[in-house]
Amino acid sequence: MRAFLLPHRIVMILIALGIVLWCAFSMRWDWIPKYTDLALLGLWRTIWILVVTTILGFLLAIPLGLAQAIGPWYLATPARVFCTVIRGTPLLLQIWLLYYGLGSLFPQFPWIRSSELWPYLRQAWPYAVLALTLSYAGYEGEVMRGAFSSVAKGQVEAAKAFGMPRFTLFRRIWLPQAIQSALPTLAGETILQLKATPLVASITIIEIYAVASRVRQDTFIVYEPLLLLAVIYMAIAGLITLMFRWLERRVPTKGV
Amino acid sequence: MSADPAQDAGAAGAASEDEAIRVENLHKSFGQLEVLKGVSLVAHKGDVVAIIGGSGSGKSTFLRCVNFLETPSSGRIVIGGEDIAMRPDGTPVSRKQIEKARTRLGMVFQAFNLWTHRTLLENVIEVPVHVLGVPKAEAIVRAEKLLARVGLSAKADTFPAFLSGGQQQRAAIARALAIEPSVMLFDEPTSALDPELVGEVLSVIRDLAAEGRTMLLVTHEMKFAREVATHVIYLHNGVIEEEGPPETVFGAPRSDRLKQFLKSVA
Repeated sequence: MRAFLLPHRIVMILIALGIVLWCAFSMRWDWIPKYTDLALLGLWRTIWILVVTTILGFLLAIPLGLAQAIGPWYLATPARVFCTVIRGTPLLLQIWLLYYGLGSLFPQFPWIRSSELWPYLRQAWPYAVLALTLSYAGYEGEVMRGAFSSVAKGQVEAAKAFGMPRFTLFRRIWLPQAIQSALPTLAGETILQLKATPLVASITIIEIYAVASRVRQDTFIVYEPLLLLAVIYMAIAGLITLMFRWLERRVPTKGV
Repeated sequence: MSADPAQDAGAAGAASEDEAIRVENLHKSFGQLEVLKGVSLVAHKGDVVAIIGGSGSGKSTFLRCVNFLETPSSGRIVIGGEDIAMRPDGTPVSRKQIEKARTRLGMVFQAFNLWTHRTLLENVIEVPVHVLGVPKAEAIVRAEKLLARVGLSAKADTFPAFLSGGQQQRAAIARALAIEPSVMLFDEPTSALDPELVGEVLSVIRDLAAEGRTMLLVTHEMKFAREVATHVIYLHNGVIEEEGPPETVFGAPRSDRLKQFLKSVA
């Protein structure tokens, strides 16, 4: 503790404390109680959209990366085209193309309207989840391509030499090592994914960013909701960083 | 022991009971470059065959062809009495068959190749549990014994990156022993080690030889080869230039190339 409390750190801490206190006492926060429930709902939506799309996107990224790393051309080429298109177009455009494009195409088919999926397809969130999933898959497919190629040849060879079947080898040796080497990149990409979630507010999904907008529209208070929003995003980003750091530390691959 | 299959087996293709590995007329080319030009070898149970030769002589390639880490161009390989069926281009006909044959061959690499994302104990139980279907508890008990045997009990829960080269190679030997192989394959096991670490690895291999394990050993350690081998093969430019018991090969070499080679490494 004493080692932590160096003079320059103490000064910085006091300045930060001063800013927080100033914000707390000289800005308007009386709107918070009225919007707490909505904010919690928005926060919950932001988090589940983030979690679901990163997990689904990553599951898609594995075959995309593998196809590009070792796949035959008829798998590698489509995978490369997919990653290039996703990475080469704005996410906002992808969300809108899916929501306004697919979303207005579906109702034209009576069999879709009468299907059991229709109650979901007429809502906005499936399109948001699909768009964000595809986007994460596109970026991470490229990351995983590099990660698969970077696994040392000897690691795979050792498994082969002991008669490990191909799928076991992939599951036990190749994939874990590829993920391990991709973790630092994935941590950054997941934070980018978090910061991409406000885009779904543009297709009527009320997540945490949309709540801040609602407060502004209702009360004409501009800065306070945005400041709080920034703090919330930073807190989530911090959690993501901690989680990935924990994952990285579980397998120390570098010696002392 | 004879490495000449024609002398050794009565009828061509007949495998005697105690034959661990038989290689006949093995050829291997990388593109235009022919690395092995018809190498044959028979190892019986308990034999320690040392394969020596200069760099580029094809000795590592030969060892890697035995378990099909390299695809031979042509030839015949019999592992534990089972003929590995090969297509005309040398690739194994059945992946299942070669995978099964590989589980009888304990390979030790020059660069150790321990799995870096698993602890030593996990490295040792990996193949028994996930390939051979040994119950995990049983595999752990056996792995602990093997790690104790190579002097690494205290390091069972350590990741490979935290160990010296000698410790890693001893762990790699324990990993190979864990599959209870009928033949151990050593591919220059001490070539990547600092000089002061070579001894600890050689002493483990010496113990294995003493207990009568069948081994193919590609090595640069001539003194060691002379000491543990029952049969020595000198490869030069992809052919067996000379072979025989260690006393003859090292003590009274006939070919000029071998004489020169022994002088250069002495």
